[in-house]
Amino acid sequence: MKRERSIAWTKGVIAIVVSSVVFLVPFIFVILQAAKTPAEASNLTFSWPTHWQFFQNLTDVLNTNNGIIWRAFVNSAVLTVGSVIIMVIFAAMVGYVLSRKASKLNPVINFFVLAGLIVPPAVVPTIWLLQGVGLFKTMPGMILIEATFGLSFCILLFRAFVGTIPRELDEAAVLDGAGPVRLFFGVVLPLLRPVIVTVIVVQSVAVFNDFAGPLYFLPGDENATVQQTLYEFSGQNLSFDNLLFMDILLITIPPLVAYIFFNRQIVAGLTSGAVKG
Amino acid sequence: MFFRRTASRAVAVLGVAALAGIALSGCTASSGGGPAKNAPITFLAGGNDPASIKTANDLVTGFNKVYPKIKVKVDTRPAGTDGDNLIKTRLSTGTMDDVFFYNSGSLFQALHADTTLQPLGNQPWAKTLTKDFKATVSTSKGLYGAPFGSTFDGGVMYNKKVYAQLGLSVPDTWAQFISNSQKIKAAGITPILGSFGDTWTAQLFVLADFANVSAQDPTWAGNYTANKADAKYVNQPALAGFQDTAEVKKLGLLNKDYASLTNVNALKLLATGKAAQYPMITAVIGNVEQSNPDNVNDIGYFAMPTANGNSHATIWEAGGAYIPKTTTGGKLTSAEKFLTFLLSPAGCDIQNEASLPAGPYATSNCTVPANAPALVKDEQAYQDAGKTGLALEFISPVKGPNLSQITVQVESGISTAAQGAALYDQDVKKQAQQLNLPGWN
Amino acid sequence: MATTNLAPTALSASASTGSKAPVPRKKMKSYYPSWFFIPAVALYVIFFAIPTFASFYFSLTRWDLFSSTYIGFGNFVEFFQDPQLLNGFIHTFEYGFATSAAKVIIGFLLAVILTSPVVARGYLRAVIFFPVLISTIGVGIMFKSLLDPFHGIVNAVLGVFGLPQPGWFTDPSLALASIAAVDVWKGVGIATLIFMAGIVAIPSEYFEAARMDGASSFKILRTITIPLTQPATATVIILSLIGGLRSFDLIWATTGGGPGFTSDVIASVIYKEYQAGFFGLSTAGNVILFIVVTAIMVPLSSFLNRRAVEL
Repeated sequence: MKRERSIAWTKGVIAIVVSSVVFLVPFIFVILQAAKTPAEASNLTFSWPTHWQFFQNLTDVLNTNNGIIWRAFVNSAVLTVGSVIIMVIFAAMVGYVLSRKASKLNPVINFFVLAGLIVPPAVVPTIWLLQGVGLFKTMPGMILIEATFGLSFCILLFRAFVGTIPRELDEAAVLDGAGPVRLFFGVVLPLLRPVIVTVIVVQSVAVFNDFAGPLYFLPGDENATVQQTLYEFSGQNLSFDNLLFMDILLITIPPLVAYIFFNRQIVAGLTSGAVKG
Repeated sequence: MFFRRTASRAVAVLGVAALAGIALSGCTASSGGGPAKNAPITFLAGGNDPASIKTANDLVTGFNKVYPKIKVKVDTRPAGTDGDNLIKTRLSTGTMDDVFFYNSGSLFQALHADTTLQPLGNQPWAKTLTKDFKATVSTSKGLYGAPFGSTFDGGVMYNKKVYAQLGLSVPDTWAQFISNSQKIKAAGITPILGSFGDTWTAQLFVLADFANVSAQDPTWAGNYTANKADAKYVNQPALAGFQDTAEVKKLGLLNKDYASLTNVNALKLLATGKAAQYPMITAVIGNVEQSNPDNVNDIGYFAMPTANGNSHATIWEAGGAYIPKTTTGGKLTSAEKFLTFLLSPAGCDIQNEASLPAGPYATSNCTVPANAPALVKDEQAYQDAGKTGLALEFISPVKGPNLSQITVQVESGISTAAQGAALYDQDVKKQAQQLNLPGWN
Repeated sequence: MATTNLAPTALSASASTGSKAPVPRKKMKSYYPSWFFIPAVALYVIFFAIPTFASFYFSLTRWDLFSSTYIGFGNFVEFFQDPQLLNGFIHTFEYGFATSAAKVIIGFLLAVILTSPVVARGYLRAVIFFPVLISTIGVGIMFKSLLDPFHGIVNAVLGVFGLPQPGWFTDPSLALASIAAVDVWKGVGIATLIFMAGIVAIPSEYFEAARMDGASSFKILRTITIPLTQPATATVIILSLIGGLRSFDLIWATTGGGPGFTSDVIASVIYKEYQAGFFGLSTAGNVILFIVVTAIMVPLSSFLNRRAVEL
C-alpha cells in the first residue's frame, strides 16, 4: 500500500513537472518579456529582467498609437458580445425545433448544419457580397459573419441538449396556456442554461481570438480588433518586443477569466449526453 | 508589392509614407464661386498615421505664415489599397481635395492624369526637378506633380570604419565586391548581412540591380511591360540579380543567422561594425538614427556592383503632390501657391524636419541639411555623375507579389538562380494578366 | 472561421439524439413552429451559402471585385502548374493528417493519465487546457521567440546537452513540422478533454471485472478503454482534421508560409493571392480547399460515426 502510494506520488510529481515545463514555461516567458526593456526583450533570452519595468510597459502599450488598444478592446467586445448573442438565440431556436419536431426537413437541415461546420468559407466572394449589401468593413457586417460561421456548432450543441429536457414540461406549459413563443423563451430557454454557458464561453473565446475573420472582412485601423493589435507591435520596423509581449498578456486575460469562472460548466456542457457510445 | 507592403514599413517610420496617402471629402463645401482671391482650399494628407498628420499640419502652419489669408483644411485618408481606391473614386467622381499627396510612378500612371489632374509644367519650380522625378509624374502630355520628401536609393549600405580599417575601397565590379567580402570575412567580421526575419529584405540584390539593367539596355522596362520575349528575368542582364543573390550564400559570405535575423537587428550589426555590408534601401537609415544615433555617419552607400563595372544607383523617387482638374479659379491659384510653398526654402525646412532625408531631393530648390546622414553624400555623388536609374516599380506596373519569397528560396539555396528567375517570370505573368496589360493574354 | 478549434463533442452525439426522438404528438407539433428556423437560415443563406455558390463561378474568372472576365479553368490550371501552389496543396494534407494523428495519440494518453488516480489532477487539467485559450497569433509570436535558432530557450537547453540546435522555423525541411508541433501543443487540451469525457462515461464495472480477471493495465487499455472511447476518437479526428486542413492563423504568425514557400498551405496561398489582388485565383484556391475538405470529411465522418454507433 505504502509503495503504491509513493509510486502514485512520483508519477504525479513527474506529471506536474513535465506539464509545467511544457505548458507553463512559454507563458512565464511572455510575462518576463513583458517586463523587460526593449533592448533586453529583443534578445529573446529566457532570463529575469535586469530592470523590471512592467508597469511602464503596460502604460506604453495602452498609449501606443493614440491608445489603439482601447479601441481594439471595445471593438472586440462589441464583436464578441454581438455575435454570441445572435448565435445563442438563433441556434437555440433551430436546435430546439430540430430536436422536438420530427419532420421530413430535418435530414436536409442536419446536412446543411454539418456542411456549415466542415466547409471553409469562401473568402473573396464573401467580401464581394458584403460590399454588395454595404456591410464590408463595418462592425454589423463582421458580427453577422462571425454569428453565421458559429451557428452550426451551436446548433449541434443545442440539439443534443434539448433532447435531455423532458417533453412533459412543454406539455405542462401548453396546458397553462403558453403559446409557442412563450413556451420557448419563457420555459425552455431558461432550462438550457448549462449549455448556453458553454456556448457563450466557447464561442466568445473563439470570436475574441479570431484573427483571419477581421483580417479579411473588417480591415482598417479604426476597426482593429485585439488580435490585429499584435501586428501593430510586431509590424513596426522598430522592434518593441517588450510591448508586443505585454499586448499578448493583456489580450489573454479576458479568455482566461472566462475560463477560470466557467471551467466546470464548460466541461459539463461539452460532455452532456455527448461522447457516450 | 515591394514598396507598398514591405519597405513601406521602413518608410513609414521616416514619414515618407506620408506621401502615399490621401483624402476625405472636404472640398465640396461652399465658398461662393468666382475666382475669389485667397480662396480656401482643402489638402489631403498622405495617410492617417500620426507622422503624416503632423507633417500636413506643419506644412499648413508654415504656409499660413506666408499666406495668412488662405485657409487650408487638412483631410486624411487610409494608407495602402484602401487609400488607392479612395483616391481613384474621388478623382472619378470629382470630389477630390484641392491638393493631395500620392505615390509617383506606376500608381500615379493609374490615375489617368490627362483627364483628372491639372498640368503643372508651367509652374516656377518645374524646371528645378530631376529628370528621373519628372518621368515618374508625367504622361506624354505633361507634368502633373510636385515632389514631396526626399528620394532614397537601393544598393549596398556599408560600414565605412570597417572599410577604412581593412584598407578596402568601394567596389564597382562584382568581383571587387566579392574580394572585399572575402577580406572582411578573413578579418572575422560578417561580410554580408541577410535578414530573412523580414522577408522583404531578401529582394534587394534583384531590385537594387535594376539601374544597372537599365544602363545596359535602356529599352528593357518597356519591353518587359509589353511581354517581349527577351526582357525576362531568366535572361541577362536581369538574371544577374538572381545570380548575385545565390552566390553570396554559396560563397559563405552571409551571417550565420541570416534566416531569422530581422532588419532592425541587422542594421544594429552594421552600425556597430560587427557586419560590414548590407544590401538595402537607404530609407532605413532612420532606424539607425533611433537605435544607434552615434553610428549614423559610419554608414555609407554604394550602388549594386555589376559584372563589368560602371555600376548605377537605383533610385526610389519622392512621392508627388497633385492638384485635381476639378480645382479651378481662385482655388487653383491657392493650390498652386501651396505647392510653390512646398518647394520653397521654408517648405523644404519643414520636409527636412518631418523626416531624416535618406537621399537627395528631387528638386534643386531643396537641399539636404548639413546634419543629414553621411550616406546621402554618397548617393548625391551618383546623381551628380548621372549614374542613376529608377527602380523598376516606377517605370513598369508589372511586378509579381512573390519576389521576396522567391529570393529567400534562391538566397537560402532551396532553388537555383535560374529556377528562381523562372518562377518570378511566372509570378509576374499572373499580375500582368490581372491588370489586363496588352501582350500578356 | 471562428469556431472549429473548440467545436467538440456534439458531432458524434448528433447522430444518435436526432434519430431517437419520441413519438410526435399531433397537438404539440404546432407548438414547435418551423419559422424558428428562419433567422438562422437567413444568415446562413446570405453570408455562407450565397458566397459559397458564387465562388464556383468566380473561380472561373479573372476578377477584381468590380468586373470579372470568364477564363474557364485557367485558375485551376495555374494552381496545379505553379510549383509553389502545388506545394501548398500537398502541405495541407501533411499538416492536417500529422496534427490530427498527434492530437489523437497524445490527447488519448493524457486523458488516460488524467482519469487515473494521480495527484493534482485539477492542476494538470487546467495547465493542459490553458493554451486553448490563448490567441493563435499570440501563440505563434511566443513560439517564434522560444524557438529562435540562436537566442531561443529551446535551443539554449539543447545546447547544454550538446544536442543539435536546428532552425525550427527557418530550416526549409523543418518549418512545417515545427508549426505542426506548435499546433498540437495548442490544441491537445481539447482532445484530452473529449477523451476524458469518453473514458469517464465507460461504466466502471467493466474495469472492475477486468481487474478481477487479472488483466494487466495494458490489456485493459487495449480491450476496454480504446474500443469504448471510439465515439470520442471519432470526434477528435473529425474536429482536428477540419481545423488542420483549414489552418491559417498559426502558419501566418510563425513563418508566413516560408522560408520561401516551404510551409505554405492552401489557406495561406488563398490569403497571399487575395493580398496580391488575384481574386479569381484566390477563390479557385477556396474551391480547391472546399473540395479537399469535403472529399475527406464527408466519407470519413460517416464512416467514423457508423462505427461509433455500432459499438
